[in-house]
Amino acid sequence: MATPEQPHVVLGHPVRRKEDIRFIQGRGRYLDDLVLPRMAYMALVRSPYAHARIRSIRTDAAKAIPGVLAVITGEDLEELGLAWMPTLAGDKQMVLAVGKVLFQYQEVAAVVAETRETAMDGVHAVEVDYEPLPVVVDPFKALEPDAPILREDREQKTNHIWHWEVGDREATEEALRRSDVVIREHIKFQRVHPAPLEPCGCIADFDRVTGRLTLYVTSQAPHAYRTLLALVAKLPEHMIRVISPDIGGGFGNKVAVYPGYVCAIVASIMLGRPVKWVETRTENLTSTSFARDYHMTVELGATRDGKVTALRVKTLADHGAFDASANPSRFPAGLFSICTGSYDFPVAFAEVDAAYTNKAPGGISYRCSFRVTEASYLIERAMDILADELGIDPAELRRRNFIPPEKFPYRSALGWTYDSGNYVAALDRALQLIGYEELRREQEERRRRGELMGIGISSYTEIVGAGPSHTFDIAGLKMFDSCELRVHPTGKILARFGTRHQGQGHETTYAQIVAHELGVSVEDVLVEEGDTDTAPYGLGTYASRSTPTAGAAAAMCARRIREKARKIAAHLLEAAEEDVVWEEGRFVVRGVPGKSVTFPQVAFAAYTNPPPGMEPGLEAVYYYDPPNLTFPFGTYVCVVDIDKGTGQVKVRRFVGVDDCGTVINPMIVEGQIHGGLTEGFAIAFMQEIAYDENGNCLSSNFTEYLIPTAVETPRWELDRTVTPSPHHPLGAKGVGESANVGSPAAFVNAVVDALSHLGVRHIDMPITPWKIWRILREHGITE
Amino acid sequence: MPARKGKRTAGAPRRAAPRKAAVAVQPAARHRIQVTVNGRPYEAEVEARTLLVYFLRDMLGLTGTHVGCDTTSCGACTILLNGEPVKSCTMFAVQADGAEILTVEGLARDGELHPLQKAFWEEHGLQCGFCTPGMLMTAYAFLNENPRPSEEEIRVALSGNLCRCTGYMNIVKAVQRAAQEMAAR
Repeated sequence: MATPEQPHVVLGHPVRRKEDIRFIQGRGRYLDDLVLPRMAYMALVRSPYAHARIRSIRTDAAKAIPGVLAVITGEDLEELGLAWMPTLAGDKQMVLAVGKVLFQYQEVAAVVAETRETAMDGVHAVEVDYEPLPVVVDPFKALEPDAPILREDREQKTNHIWHWEVGDREATEEALRRSDVVIREHIKFQRVHPAPLEPCGCIADFDRVTGRLTLYVTSQAPHAYRTLLALVAKLPEHMIRVISPDIGGGFGNKVAVYPGYVCAIVASIMLGRPVKWVETRTENLTSTSFARDYHMTVELGATRDGKVTALRVKTLADHGAFDASANPSRFPAGLFSICTGSYDFPVAFAEVDAAYTNKAPGGISYRCSFRVTEASYLIERAMDILADELGIDPAELRRRNFIPPEKFPYRSALGWTYDSGNYVAALDRALQLIGYEELRREQEERRRRGELMGIGISSYTEIVGAGPSHTFDIAGLKMFDSCELRVHPTGKILARFGTRHQGQGHETTYAQIVAHELGVSVEDVLVEEGDTDTAPYGLGTYASRSTPTAGAAAAMCARRIREKARKIAAHLLEAAEEDVVWEEGRFVVRGVPGKSVTFPQVAFAAYTNPPPGMEPGLEAVYYYDPPNLTFPFGTYVCVVDIDKGTGQVKVRRFVGVDDCGTVINPMIVEGQIHGGLTEGFAIAFMQEIAYDENGNCLSSNFTEYLIPTAVETPRWELDRTVTPSPHHPLGAKGVGESANVGSPAAFVNAVVDALSHLGVRHIDMPITPWKIWRILREHGITE
Repeated sequence: MPARKGKRTAGAPRRAAPRKAAVAVQPAARHRIQVTVNGRPYEAEVEARTLLVYFLRDMLGLTGTHVGCDTTSCGACTILLNGEPVKSCTMFAVQADGAEILTVEGLARDGELHPLQKAFWEEHGLQCGFCTPGMLMTAYAFLNENPRPSEEEIRVALSGNLCRCTGYMNIVKAVQRAAQEMAAR
């Protein structure tokens, strides 16, 4: 392995990933790879209608099929008090439809059988008689007075879910009124889907003899699942074990608890057998957590010379049939109030209203720390529109409004305390790498020749690492995270965490942190996650929180170990404890050159020769409650050429300069950025979970919901600046989502920039060739 | 993606004196098939509708071949059938009767990783690992046919395999690196 020779300088090195050795040989253990004795299979009957009353469900024919073991309906669950389950957003969601269905592909019945194929036979044999009802797919129409009420189960007879606002409404209004210039634009962030390559699934294994439930499940947050299951299913928590095996990508899709999991648990308890349920790709895209569907109106006020005076945002959020977003409790719109971005705005106001429609439930955060992508896209788009209005270069407008480096820690107009940043440095580096001035000259020339070329900038700021317990909880659970270290007598280390990786490389980066802190090599640290019986309690992996929370816990836990180790070292070195110091990966006696012990020597002594009176052993647990969030940032610059004949946009170049604070493994950081940029590219140019007016989902597989291939995906050119977080023990900030958050605006800004001389000011994503082609025709442009 | 014909390469590694493996027989099974997987012959009875990928995964226990989309879009289920890359989620097991199959489990030989496997590791060509077996199998067949490919040719060759994590750059680098190493041998 490419481990440096001196173990204590392991931090910041591109250590090859420890987890890869099993994945490259097909030895990963993903959910569907697991097979238990006497395991049965489950498949779900789903609604073909987006809104319909259920007149009857006939299950006899299905039950008569040889090999079908059980058919479960909403009525069966009602008897158990499980027909509905709470969502993480404080709403409730039908597990299996009772009385009516509210979106196409909603779960209606569960069929359990001896084989996968027989379960599907059973699904086809269940007869459901539906009476179609009027469908609402547009959230604005959902709020009109004559709209049909979708959620008859609620006391409030309206499709309005909640209103949330932040900032100073009056002062913002006043500032806008006094501004030289005000721009206003409707900006839609379309409905998209995380679509990890591995679909969701579970095996519920209820042991009738021991009374214990083991749930193997594709979960980004296994401990939270255990507690929620205990609360919802009224099972004693110590009798539940949640195991999250290798996960084939999550991106936020594997945070929520889905109806299929509850059905599999019920089926396993009924049958006394393990029950496996793995969704199809269609089920994944049409019924599990979507993201965005934010309909935003932005207003920016400014002086003539380009100093922003106020920001006002009004948003309508479409949550589908149930509010199944996964936000911290106090934040129904997530951390959308980061919408002031990288800028020093004197005043701002944002409000969000949420609505029900006959679409799949959710509103989760897809590769994004709770609605931060929406916020970042909004402000970075708005800054370009303002630049266009004022006739100021978009880079220059950003420069004039950036929070200056000396103002950190910075308190934003909407209440966040930014930890650290140097925005102008990242912008300058990105512009230099791409050759901005030269590109602007080229653009001018091309325009004269009638060619369409655009340059787009996005200087994003994220807010990640949720979060401090005084503000952040999910369903009451504080959002700390944890690390447990067990040092074996030979100095090898087992490290366990409350997070669960889905490709982020925790088995390597956490090992690097522990190795760095304890002066051992990366190979000497084995990282384990995903089993609630063995891992310390934690809130899981999403919102770029692993490094800010569990990574910090790893460092703090190792330091706790080192403190005890120092006492043992003093005993071994026959020195006073205060004279023993940790230097370059070993304990030395101050002022006595050559007198030292290594960490493994100390570990051995902890079990074989502990100091008199000291508790033997060398283990520790650390629960890390972050003092603040972290604020990664960066600048992306994109260059596009547009084909006038086809409307096809070609990304010619894309430069990304990210700053995620201290870098633990640069290879992994770059990989995360490559992936995030590719997902941002897909959202900008090809993806939307679309519905027709009858609520039919038009994006139900990968031939309709497009994933970019190696051919379309641009080549990414990356660099970074390093501005450590002042409050994280290693100065790290988190990086998994930055590129997905920051890049959509860069792509769209580039396309709009290419067309701005025609008067085009905004185009909603996805920017398909058809959309561009129509715009070009409207402006009389042909090849 | 252009159709690739090329020579039929020996898909399966040869091993001395292969043994016949017994496979559990389903009561509803109706067709007897014989296949050689990773150099080892198997005989089994399968239902006509059993998909090749589930035959490999559920009946032979070769779970390295994954199912990601069910519609031949993502390529996570790519295997080599008589040396040609095939998406095994949309092919019936009975159609593979008599075929030689190579799966990701058959790439490493005698405990030594294939240069492609090593290169994916070295170049950080994987993150969650779910697409990796399919990527490796497609790349394996491609390099057999085109041992000195350009970057563009690699991208076209891999365009039937989707990855959600890496953005492909490091996968392309890995295939280039493996090509160089294999050429140097």
